[in-house]
Amino acid sequence: MSKRIDVGDLNVYYGSFLAVEGVSMAIEPRSVTAFIGPSGCGKSTFIRTLNRMHEVIPGARVQGKVLLDGEDLYGPNVDPVTVRRQVGMVFQRPNPFPTMSIRDNVLAGMKLNSTRLSRNDAKDIVERSLRGANLWNEVKDRLDKPGSGLSGGQQQRLCIARAIAVQPDVLLMDEPCSALDPISTLAIEDLIGELKKNYTIVIVTHNMQQAARVSDRTAFFNIAGTGKPGKLIEMDDTTKIFTNPTVKATEDYVSGRFG
Amino acid sequence: MTTTEPPPTERPAVARRPKTRPGDRIFSRSAQVAGILILVILAGVAAFLVREALPTFTADPSEIDGGKGFFSYVWPLVFGTLAAAVIALIVATPLALGIALFISHYAPRRLAQGLGYIVDLLAAIPSVVFGLWGIQWLAPQVQPAWGWLADNLGFIPLFSGPASATGRTMMTAGLVLAVMILPIITAVSREVFLQTPTLHEEAALALGATRWEMIRMAVIPFGRPGIISGIMLGLGRALGETMAVAMVLSTGGFTWSMVTAGNNTIAAEIALDFPESSGLKTNTLIAAGLVLFAITLAVNMFARWIVSRRSEFSGAN
Amino acid sequence: MSVATKPAPPAGASSLAQNQLPRYTTQLVLVLSIAAGAGLSALFGGFSIVSFAVLSVLAFLVVNTVLSGVVEGRRKAKDKLVTGLVYTAFGIALVPLVSVIWSVVDNGMARFSIDFLTTSMRNVTGLNDQQALEGTAPFIGGAYHAILGTFLITGLATVISVPIGLLTSVYLVEYGRGRLAKAITFFVDVMTGIPSIVAGLFAAALFAVLFGVGTRNGFAGAVALSVLMIPVVVRSSEEMLRIVPNELREAAYALGVPKWRTIVRVVIPTAISGIASGVTLAIARVVGETAPLIVTAGFTSSINNNPFSDWMMSLPAYVYSQAMRPLSGSSPQPSFDRAWAAALTLILIVMLLNLVARLIARLFAPKTGR
Repeated sequence: MSKRIDVGDLNVYYGSFLAVEGVSMAIEPRSVTAFIGPSGCGKSTFIRTLNRMHEVIPGARVQGKVLLDGEDLYGPNVDPVTVRRQVGMVFQRPNPFPTMSIRDNVLAGMKLNSTRLSRNDAKDIVERSLRGANLWNEVKDRLDKPGSGLSGGQQQRLCIARAIAVQPDVLLMDEPCSALDPISTLAIEDLIGELKKNYTIVIVTHNMQQAARVSDRTAFFNIAGTGKPGKLIEMDDTTKIFTNPTVKATEDYVSGRFG
Repeated sequence: MTTTEPPPTERPAVARRPKTRPGDRIFSRSAQVAGILILVILAGVAAFLVREALPTFTADPSEIDGGKGFFSYVWPLVFGTLAAAVIALIVATPLALGIALFISHYAPRRLAQGLGYIVDLLAAIPSVVFGLWGIQWLAPQVQPAWGWLADNLGFIPLFSGPASATGRTMMTAGLVLAVMILPIITAVSREVFLQTPTLHEEAALALGATRWEMIRMAVIPFGRPGIISGIMLGLGRALGETMAVAMVLSTGGFTWSMVTAGNNTIAAEIALDFPESSGLKTNTLIAAGLVLFAITLAVNMFARWIVSRRSEFSGAN
Repeated sequence: MSVATKPAPPAGASSLAQNQLPRYTTQLVLVLSIAAGAGLSALFGGFSIVSFAVLSVLAFLVVNTVLSGVVEGRRKAKDKLVTGLVYTAFGIALVPLVSVIWSVVDNGMARFSIDFLTTSMRNVTGLNDQQALEGTAPFIGGAYHAILGTFLITGLATVISVPIGLLTSVYLVEYGRGRLAKAITFFVDVMTGIPSIVAGLFAAALFAVLFGVGTRNGFAGAVALSVLMIPVVVRSSEEMLRIVPNELREAAYALGVPKWRTIVRVVIPTAISGIASGVTLAIARVVGETAPLIVTAGFTSSINNNPFSDWMMSLPAYVYSQAMRPLSGSSPQPSFDRAWAAALTLILIVMLLNLVARLIARLFAPKTGR
């Protein structure tokens, strides 16, 4: 269920502008990998290339390889839609579908693709996904209410439930807690700890403490200046990055000297 | 321009086209076809009108209404069209600006939205109802005023008497048109007035300006392009409006006087004569329609041009 | 500016204070002006509402401005004058609105009845009207055929316009980049400005070329109305689709949903209330169009169920023909009454559509409640 990702010499362009340059990394299955770095360094752009979501942005394109258990996401005849079914994503701001109930939001991945589901299967998936997102107890009595009526933290967990309902191999999270209060953030962080038993998780975060708390490995991105491309500076075990990084810039960043 | 290739919405890395799904292809193609269909329809409008209008220009001038060719037939109509529209603008513009200011800056906040809705209601009333109202209610009401104008200002060619006894004159038609374009000008200028940056308004007030001085210093300069384009849109509507004139005006040949029967507009001429027309007369009317189309097109283009220039000198940032 | 003309504040007063009229001055002047207006109006050639209103307003504007000018200075006076003018403008605008609604309701009620809504004009002649006026026969003749025609023609126009308009707006919002999209946007703008009579001429010319000169039927009318309706639908749907947050599209893409399904199942349902209310307003706009129908669908006094053949009456054309060509030249009043009743029917339909549009916008808006 959980797959490894190997990135080889990846460049991301917006039109002719090189946004991220020369990233190579390996992301282990059943682990949490955190991307940290100052704003505008290309973390969010890069994480989107891991399920080809960058293609939604006009003019964005990629050079290089991203291998999901050895299969190139950018190989010929690879359908981005199929890729995204295997690599799920959770966004900065919770975005449940406003026209759907909580139940339908969880089942959105199947319903929107018109996958036939027996009533029992649907019930099982809803319960399993909501339990998986630690939301079941809070919403089990109001599954038919609109998802947009939940609190921000609950909405974000609903989005996580929606993402894991389609049973992806990898879960990408782009600053999933940046719009949430500390209590909700804690709930999500606990959830990440549980999810990593089954999924490969990649999380972008601005919050270094969060990276230190939840991740096994950490990648530090940086830019030399405005207009320059973002680069992967260093990637290592989280404890190493936060205690004894190899590169000076990483140390400056994690110790709060800039950024 | 009208290539049938779908535009590349997703640009792949190194010239590798991603496999497109049949569903995506069919859907995007049909959306595109619908868009192209609009261009086709518009081209059709132009093509059919031109095709049907052509015989007018090739025919013997003596066969055209009036016996002196198309242009001597159409110019009084163009004059009537412009005259009615100008009267409407002169009446409607100050009123509309007043109403727009009232709603944006004078009326109590709670009332403002409801008042705006009431004025929009005017726009929802069908033109034929305005025509009926104009001929049966307004014309008798305003007839004495035209009589007074003819008696006292008759030395001005525009008001030379004798005034029409029914009140069905260009002035009345212009008034009905004014009522009809009022909501358009109001709506557009209201929007731009409401968009005036609060910062500019407060800057003016902080300099000790009265409310009117604030409006003159901050609101009007900011909204001027919007006001002009609103007026132009209203003009476009007034030029093309048919029923009010066709019903209210007692039509006739060209005259300078706006308070007697006579004159006609292109749109009303078409509506009145087309149902019973045949042969060359039909072609002539369609050619007149083409002239009307060209005039309104020019006015609307001018309005859009002003709107598009707006961002350059509005001072908004 | 006018500091020099401002009288110096009396000794001992604050330098910030200056001469001001008491707060109730405006109201007082208003009451006095109304009284003066009534008096003057009665004095000059008999009292009438119009001269009363005009004189009262003039008196108020003059007195209020002069008073303020003398006591408070020029700047304040100007401000008060403009305030008065702005209020006057709004008052004047209410006159036609109230008068139109009042005359339609007042005159329309004379003949408005179930009978009017359910009978046609077939075999109704000027003789009937004369007899009705003399009281020897009942008033007959209704607008059923015109109502039916209006519904058929507008319905057909909707069936043509909505798919084209909606798909075009989808193209512009979701797919359109580059020259084609720019061209479509531009020409939709052009289309918005087409005078309705020109749209009618187009349909008439089209049908003349395709089916022979003089072809008039409901479908031609529907085509003419579509030309007017499509740009309205495109505009409003485009606006509604654009305000659907991109996050929802991304959420769907990230679940592995293809683009077209995202549009059909997520984007359009989210915007549907706005789209539906926009379409309803577009229908309300064209349902009252008269000129294009006069030149395409023609007139008839009989019921015609088939929009694809023969002339078809519509409500606006009915109003027009009854008002302009009364059945009986010597006793036109019954025809005028019918015109007013039809106008009332038409306004009721338009208002109902506007109301429905608002209800749709409210009821089907994406739920946010708890």
